[in-house]
Amino acid sequence: MITTVWFCLVAIMIVGYVVLDGFDLGAGIIHLFVARTDQERRQVLRSIGPVWDGNEVWLLAAGGTLYFAFPALYAAAFSGFYLALMLVLWLLILRGISIELRSHIESPLWRPFWDLVFGGSSALLALLYGAALGNVVRGVPLDADGFFFLPLWTNLQPGREAGIVDWYTLLVGGTSFVALAIHGCSWIVLKTGGDLQERARAFGQKCWWALVAFTAAITFFSFRLQPNLNTQFEVRPWGYVFPLLVVLALAGMYVWSERRRDLATFLASCLYLVGMLTSATFGVYPYVLPSNVDPEAALTISNAAAAPYGLYVGLAWWIPGMLLAGIYSVFVYRHFAGKVSD
Amino acid sequence: MDSALAVHRLHFAFTITFHYLFPQLTMGLALLIVILKTAALRTGDEHYNQAARFWVKIFAINFAMGVVTGIPMEFQFGTNWSRFSKAAGGVIGQTLAMEGVYSFFLESTFLGLFVFGEKRLSPFMHWLSSVLVCAGSWLSGFFIIATDAWMQHPTAYKIGPNGQVLLESFWGLLLNPWILWQYLHNMIGAVVTGSIVMASIGAYYLLAGRFVEHARIFVRIGVVAGTVATLAMIFPTGDGQGRMIAEHQPVTLAAMEGLFDTTEGAPIALIGQPDTDKMALDNPIVVPNVLSFLTYQRWEAKVKGLKDFPRDQWPDNIPLLYYSYHIMVGIGTMLIALMLACAWWMWRKRLYRNRPLLWALMLALPFPYIATTAGWMTAELGRQPWLVYGVMRTADGVSSRVSAANGLFTLIGFMGLYMILGILFLFLVHREIDHGPAPSAGAAV
Repeated sequence: MITTVWFCLVAIMIVGYVVLDGFDLGAGIIHLFVARTDQERRQVLRSIGPVWDGNEVWLLAAGGTLYFAFPALYAAAFSGFYLALMLVLWLLILRGISIELRSHIESPLWRPFWDLVFGGSSALLALLYGAALGNVVRGVPLDADGFFFLPLWTNLQPGREAGIVDWYTLLVGGTSFVALAIHGCSWIVLKTGGDLQERARAFGQKCWWALVAFTAAITFFSFRLQPNLNTQFEVRPWGYVFPLLVVLALAGMYVWSERRRDLATFLASCLYLVGMLTSATFGVYPYVLPSNVDPEAALTISNAAAAPYGLYVGLAWWIPGMLLAGIYSVFVYRHFAGKVSD
Repeated sequence: MDSALAVHRLHFAFTITFHYLFPQLTMGLALLIVILKTAALRTGDEHYNQAARFWVKIFAINFAMGVVTGIPMEFQFGTNWSRFSKAAGGVIGQTLAMEGVYSFFLESTFLGLFVFGEKRLSPFMHWLSSVLVCAGSWLSGFFIIATDAWMQHPTAYKIGPNGQVLLESFWGLLLNPWILWQYLHNMIGAVVTGSIVMASIGAYYLLAGRFVEHARIFVRIGVVAGTVATLAMIFPTGDGQGRMIAEHQPVTLAAMEGLFDTTEGAPIALIGQPDTDKMALDNPIVVPNVLSFLTYQRWEAKVKGLKDFPRDQWPDNIPLLYYSYHIMVGIGTMLIALMLACAWWMWRKRLYRNRPLLWALMLALPFPYIATTAGWMTAELGRQPWLVYGVMRTADGVSSRVSAANGLFTLIGFMGLYMILGILFLFLVHREIDHGPAPSAGAAV
């Protein structure tokens, strides 16, 4: 029971991270396309400047929470996806410094260079995060000790010999890329005005069709690759509420964007990410890391969890701590609410 | 396997050493910025606000570096040390997760407000933001020290049926007796770095004849805080930490001091090279009886030497451990002398015109960094060959499935990336120092 609670809490942390850091990653992806002048790019950066660092803290907090609640999962996944995670780290470093350093020097070489680094690292991170999720849904070749190691790619097939990147995980990566691009668009629309806002809105609307196509494709292939998804939705049909959120969110994004209801569009985009991630986590439950070789070797909420004492104690500090963190977040978002100035 | 172990150790050592160059300044500087903001609020002297804004810019660059190089630290527990994480994650995951939940959110939220919000916030709220940034960073230090303290001196745990390390008492973990001195020693070390950097930049401006009003503030605050902090490094914090080591890691003490033979009235070695083959200290310059006194407060007390410990309990790199410890103490002592001299001349109101002393103060800038790094190397090399002292050996904690080649690949990647980061950092800090605390500067960053 307590392990299921922590499964949900870790999922909430990850969803929180993706929804929050997602819009600044998305802003990074699209800013090369929609923000043309130096002033527009500064607007994009100012819209995320006070919050991106706090958003990234969700990654650290989610990682820490995962670490203490499911140490065997943290150990297996982080060492098994070693190369991909090191790439994630390098990209996070490059992205962080590109945001912080860009504005220090006014030079026609310095700023476009960091813009490119910011855009490129954001795009690759979106792809890698999606691919990571794809790996969790597809399963990994866990051994009897509960460890594995995947090369970055092998034959690009999602079979027993799969690497981190195969066509399926690449497809999930693509979905994540498009979804976060739209998420970034809806943030920029919300926070800016003028030409920049119009271009971001139009760009988001174009991407919407791609997102629908990607979503349909990964839904189809996920059910074919991961039998546990079928089992879960059969045994617990109430779980259909999660994919339903996705459908509603997609409809909302389309309709509200057309009607220029910018806040509603942004929230619909948040809801899309929530729906996709909860569908996936619901679908793999009670596994936390399925095996694509031997189902017996899979990591589940029970064999990957820490001992009950630690988990109960954890609740006692985690809940007040995250309430405090929630209060800070509300405070800072309210303080910097409204459009950024030019 | 041996070479994979070496690669993973170097991987962590390199990334943590580079990382900690930044937090040691931000944690110390956070406190000094609070002092500047408090002075501004109380005196209404705009120089203090300008001084604070200047240091906030330096702080922000360091903070960004600390954040981006800090994320790899959390990841590496899983990526490179997966067997350790699997076994002990239920214990140290607690403190690492608490760091994320309790300090990173606090720190990042109020740093955003502090750096971007001076125009929008009232002076009091802006001051409060600086206090909360400081609190967040000191809290972060606490959780990391609590984690390391558990690895140095594991408490509140039991071993489960399948070799898992299980947490037995949450308060036992957070109130580990090892934490107190290590935390104070480390945090005051951060204040030493912060104050000497502040005083050193002030000395540079005074020597160059620029921003003289601000420079005097920097030197004054830096020297006062630096004098108190450098003294507190030796007593009581360094002394307290040393006694913990003497009591709980006596073999480490012997290795740090290069003491091979068990001795009554053990001397302290100032200089010498420990030769682990001959089991002797080459070219020793020693002060008799001092080690016994420092350890047990009795001049004739018996201190156990390395020869009386089984060799498989010895730290595995005794020369490096010995040198790290001696470099830390040596530099610490010299910094105390420098700070006392500066404080004396300041009290006589002649420091600002004493150019040789200002030169020494300016050139002192790198030394607190070296001393702090050497101090951490002493702590972590001294813990060897254990990952969790007495519970898990370092060799048993490494990721078994990540090969030496993959580890080396990413280690080289980090080295290249951090070299670029280091160059960018120096370049940007140089620009800020060159620009200086100009009165015309508007809001920070």
